[in-house]
Amino acid sequence: MELKTNINAAPGTHISKMWDEHRFNTKLVNPANKRKYTVIVVGSGLAGASAAASLGELGYNVMNFCFHDTPRRAHSIAAQGGINAAKNYANDGDSIWRLFYDTVKGGDFRSREANVYRLAQVSVNIIDQAVAQGVPFAREYGGLLDTRSFGGAQLSRTFYARGQTGQQLLLGAYQALEKNIADGTVKMFPRHEMLDLVVVDGHAKGIIARDLVSGAIKSYGADAVCVATGGYSNVFYLSTNAINCNVTATWRASKRGALFANPCYTQIHPTCIPVSGDNQSKLTLMSESLRNDGRVWAPKNTADAWNAGAGKVGRGPNDIAEGDRDYFLERRYPSFGNLVPRDIASRAAKRAADDGQGVAYGGRGVYLDFKDSINRLGKAKVAERYGNLFEMYERITGVSPFEAPMMIYPAPHYTMGGLWVDYNLQSTIPGLFVLGEANFSDHGANRLGASALMQGLADGYFVIPYTIGGYLAAQKPTNANNSGAAFKDAETATGDRLKRLLNVKGKRSADSFHRELGLLMWDKCGMARTREGLTEALAKVPELRDRFWKEVSVPGSESGLNQSLEKAGRVADFLEFAETMLIDALDREESCGGHFREEYQDEGGEAARNDEKFAYAAAWEYTGVGNKPRLHKEALDFTYVKPAKRSYT
Amino acid sequence: MNLKLHVWRQANATAAGTFATYDAKGVSEHMSFLEMIDMVNEGLEGKGEEPIAFESDCREGICGTCGFMVNGHAHGHKERTTVCQLHMREFKDGDELWIEPWRAAAFPVIKDLVVDRSALDRIIQAGGYISVRTGQAQDANALPVNKNDADRAFDAATCIGCGACVAACPNAAAMLFTGAKVTHLGLLPQGQAERYERADKMVTQMEKEDFGHCSNFGDCSVACPKGISIDVIATMNRDFLMAQAQLRHE
Repeated sequence: MELKTNINAAPGTHISKMWDEHRFNTKLVNPANKRKYTVIVVGSGLAGASAAASLGELGYNVMNFCFHDTPRRAHSIAAQGGINAAKNYANDGDSIWRLFYDTVKGGDFRSREANVYRLAQVSVNIIDQAVAQGVPFAREYGGLLDTRSFGGAQLSRTFYARGQTGQQLLLGAYQALEKNIADGTVKMFPRHEMLDLVVVDGHAKGIIARDLVSGAIKSYGADAVCVATGGYSNVFYLSTNAINCNVTATWRASKRGALFANPCYTQIHPTCIPVSGDNQSKLTLMSESLRNDGRVWAPKNTADAWNAGAGKVGRGPNDIAEGDRDYFLERRYPSFGNLVPRDIASRAAKRAADDGQGVAYGGRGVYLDFKDSINRLGKAKVAERYGNLFEMYERITGVSPFEAPMMIYPAPHYTMGGLWVDYNLQSTIPGLFVLGEANFSDHGANRLGASALMQGLADGYFVIPYTIGGYLAAQKPTNANNSGAAFKDAETATGDRLKRLLNVKGKRSADSFHRELGLLMWDKCGMARTREGLTEALAKVPELRDRFWKEVSVPGSESGLNQSLEKAGRVADFLEFAETMLIDALDREESCGGHFREEYQDEGGEAARNDEKFAYAAAWEYTGVGNKPRLHKEALDFTYVKPAKRSYT
Repeated sequence: MNLKLHVWRQANATAAGTFATYDAKGVSEHMSFLEMIDMVNEGLEGKGEEPIAFESDCREGICGTCGFMVNGHAHGHKERTTVCQLHMREFKDGDELWIEPWRAAAFPVIKDLVVDRSALDRIIQAGGYISVRTGQAQDANALPVNKNDADRAFDAATCIGCGACVAACPNAAAMLFTGAKVTHLGLLPQGQAERYERADKMVTQMEKEDFGHCSNFGDCSVACPKGISIDVIATMNRDFLMAQAQLRHE
């Protein structure tokens, strides 16, 4: 299969003109005809809600599905730090070109240049749109918008709303969505989970969804389907994602023929609250913005390190003298210091812990210290910047960061991999579009801070409204037809699978399998990976999957609300998906961005890319459960940003 | 620590509910309240029994999905904390806990601790937005916003839509929820064009749902995990009154 980007611009078109030319060359749907087309949007986070609202405004007949009780719950809401935009309001030399450059470099030269350029281009429109909706971004005393520098950027291009930027942006999109629901342009299906994609004559023409309250499984027909269901960090069980985040929608689409690209690119966020015990259900992220004013360190002497799990006491952080502290980020990366990108900061913390300098439960933590900032800026200023984060930290740990340094440790946070899409955000199944974190293209092998919100909203507000028209203009409206063999078969298969889960009647909860899978993936396919580890995990996952299908206990029935059944279905999908992720990680014999193979590092211990062999996106074709997926490659060329070693020293 | 839990179990919206008693043994002080229930549920699932149905998602106090009563307090007794962020160090060995769903006519029980809060969405649908289609926006800095107004708008905008205010209110009113959105949008220059119409429509919808009226108890604000001030209700009432005057004028 040839993976075509389908950029509709004359060869040689400069990247800065590509999106304009592509839009001009994309067919339009006559305004009077738009209402004849039905578009299904699955997911109601930043990408899904903004897409559903914008498509509704254009006049399409939109059906929006989410498994939450209301679209406002989607996990985008938890993003704290901010959203990038090339506004150059700070007058510090920012431009679309620089945001584009930084994002390509930050992605470790594994993203598609044209998509990244477009992202930087529309970033400015996103801020305008959000402000007009009433999103309360931080402002200066003159009443104009404030920005800050964030995670790996040397300029101040991040707009923020205290530590709740995701929440405020999502509420903006949610309110636009609710307006469209009231106007009748969007029909909302809350508490509905997509369980399959329906493909008719090679085109995506609908979905199978389960009403989570009644348990009814139904077919929904459409002229196109947009999947915006987020990432798969929960394959690790413990992550910063909400506990219900899952891979089901994208994995089922993959089983119907959409290629899954770069599943091994996962982002580990450096500043999360460390694990405190064995019953932990999720990890909590502390915004990366904290690294602007906090200094990361670990005890220089291993005798001062401590481990609550192993009963090692060590020494309290306030009792460790300045000279006995190892500010390891400032030491190793003098020019970027505490602001190095996420992957680099995460691995540096892991190395400190591996070297016995760690603190907290299991010795898996390092300090993030605000003492110097409090002395320099005063407590009030620090509280204004980070007050709600400090409160959150204290609520969880019982310790105030004003009194003692925070403890942090990396945790899975975001996944750069996802369904492969072309420039139109269309997957390898015509009519199936993939938006936001669920797709793969813009962040390459590593995402920069404050770029996820930007990409989700770019896709939903400013890309899909144009590109979907190009597809629909060539299709005859189906009038949301949901009959026919493809629907019937998918509906039956979905119901049968749920029955199978219910009929196992074993003794173990789905969660216990999920935890086992998560530990294995974190251990072998987490922050650092090796050939041996990945091979070992590849042998274990099918065995775990077999045990799951023999031993899982799913009480209750398929009718009515059954959270055990929902969970079990999602875990079953993770157990299939994990294998593809491991295969991808094994196949990519280089280190790049969030994918760190211990065999491929330079003398300084930094990631060593292999551009000659691996400058491609790996898109995997499903060939059956337990079968090795087939690899397809999209070659990546870098015409505008020349690949260089990512250096932050 | 070991705890005794009395949990409201109700099979579906029409079934009769009852309290069932469970022992939660070996609870660590580091666990969150929901992790404690997860542990009880895992035990039930292992025995093939249906676990206690409750909702949660982000487990960091921002999505608004979780929420139930613990010993008569919405989200438990700790101030400004959702139940997912309530940690077991707030309890002691031998405690007996009564766990119930939000109680409000406008929030019918779906199962056990899960309730239907869609009435809150319908209040937003009635007018809780600024009408601006994608693409219509002017440059973000074209409209300065007084920082004080921006900060106050933000305070109101932090509502997570969990419904604790309704559950805590003796009248099961949704005034704090509705007032928060009216205040957030009404304080901003962008929100002026629809300001009074918005207050009118949202209050009208709120009354159509089965929510009660405000009688100034203030329990809503105390229960609110985001500490939204009861002032937002006064702001809403003022804007609603202005709307009535304006409508009469028209």
